Amino acid sequence: MADIPQTPPAKTRPLSPHLTIYRWPVTMMTSITHRATGIAMAVGMLILAWWLVSISNGPEGFDSFHAVMDTPLGLLVLFGLTWSLAFHLCNGIRHLAWDLGYGFSKPGARQASIVVIAVSLVVAFVIFAIIWTGNGGYLR
Amino acid sequence: MSTPLQRVRGLGASHSGTGHFWRQRVTAAALVPLSLWFLYAVIGLAGTTEVSALIFFAHPWNAILMAAFAVIALYHAALGLQVVIDDYVHTPGTKIFLFLLIRFAVIATGSTCIFALLRIAAQ
Repeated sequence: MADIPQTPPAKTRPLSPHLTIYRWPVTMMTSITHRATGIAMAVGMLILAWWLVSISNGPEGFDSFHAVMDTPLGLLVLFGLTWSLAFHLCNGIRHLAWDLGYGFSKPGARQASIVVIAVSLVVAFVIFAIIWTGNGGYLR
Repeated sequence: MSTPLQRVRGLGASHSGTGHFWRQRVTAAALVPLSLWFLYAVIGLAGTTEVSALIFFAHPWNAILMAAFAVIALYHAALGLQVVIDDYVHTPGTKIFLFLLIRFAVIATGSTCIFALLRIAAQ
């Protein structure tokens, strides 16, 4: 019988450098951003629930919601959630395309990553521009 | 009398087969049109009074679409957060605790959304 070492080696086993050593390719950025935006929106669902409750609570409830969300910090959070939805939606369509077997070429994946980042930012800014220029609120 | 197929059918190393993957994709596909509708609704209600929002969500179609968006988005979120925990949390106890916490939070949030919509419909 071979000797089985009873104590683990003092030094931890070597780990090949990964996150810290390479320049991050844009595909890596979109991959982790997809996850981050998903987590952000999961928390943002609490704001959606609060919004719906505030509507059902009459004018006072609605005003208390707006008192918090109309502050600079509230608007920043709403902008972050708007961009998160735009990004996760665009990149999610990319994920569905991958599941169907499309878009795996290296230059294609890189280009699509850049397109997703650009389109999601444009969509988020356009949505806020529509609201700030008074073109939102058409369901009045 | 049994073959290894019995162990593989619908299961595998994860004990749940491809069910999680498939649900994640189906809810994702459903959320594409629902999120576009959600953006249309939120931009359309931005800067309006609570009366506009009440009238909008009192309409059955809008209430149904909003409830569908909230429930499917929360389901999709629970599936996604489960993958995040699977990837980063390796202690079985903590893992199960976080799974239960997510399910509790998601059901609480979804119930709240639906209750609010029912309350709006009753006004």
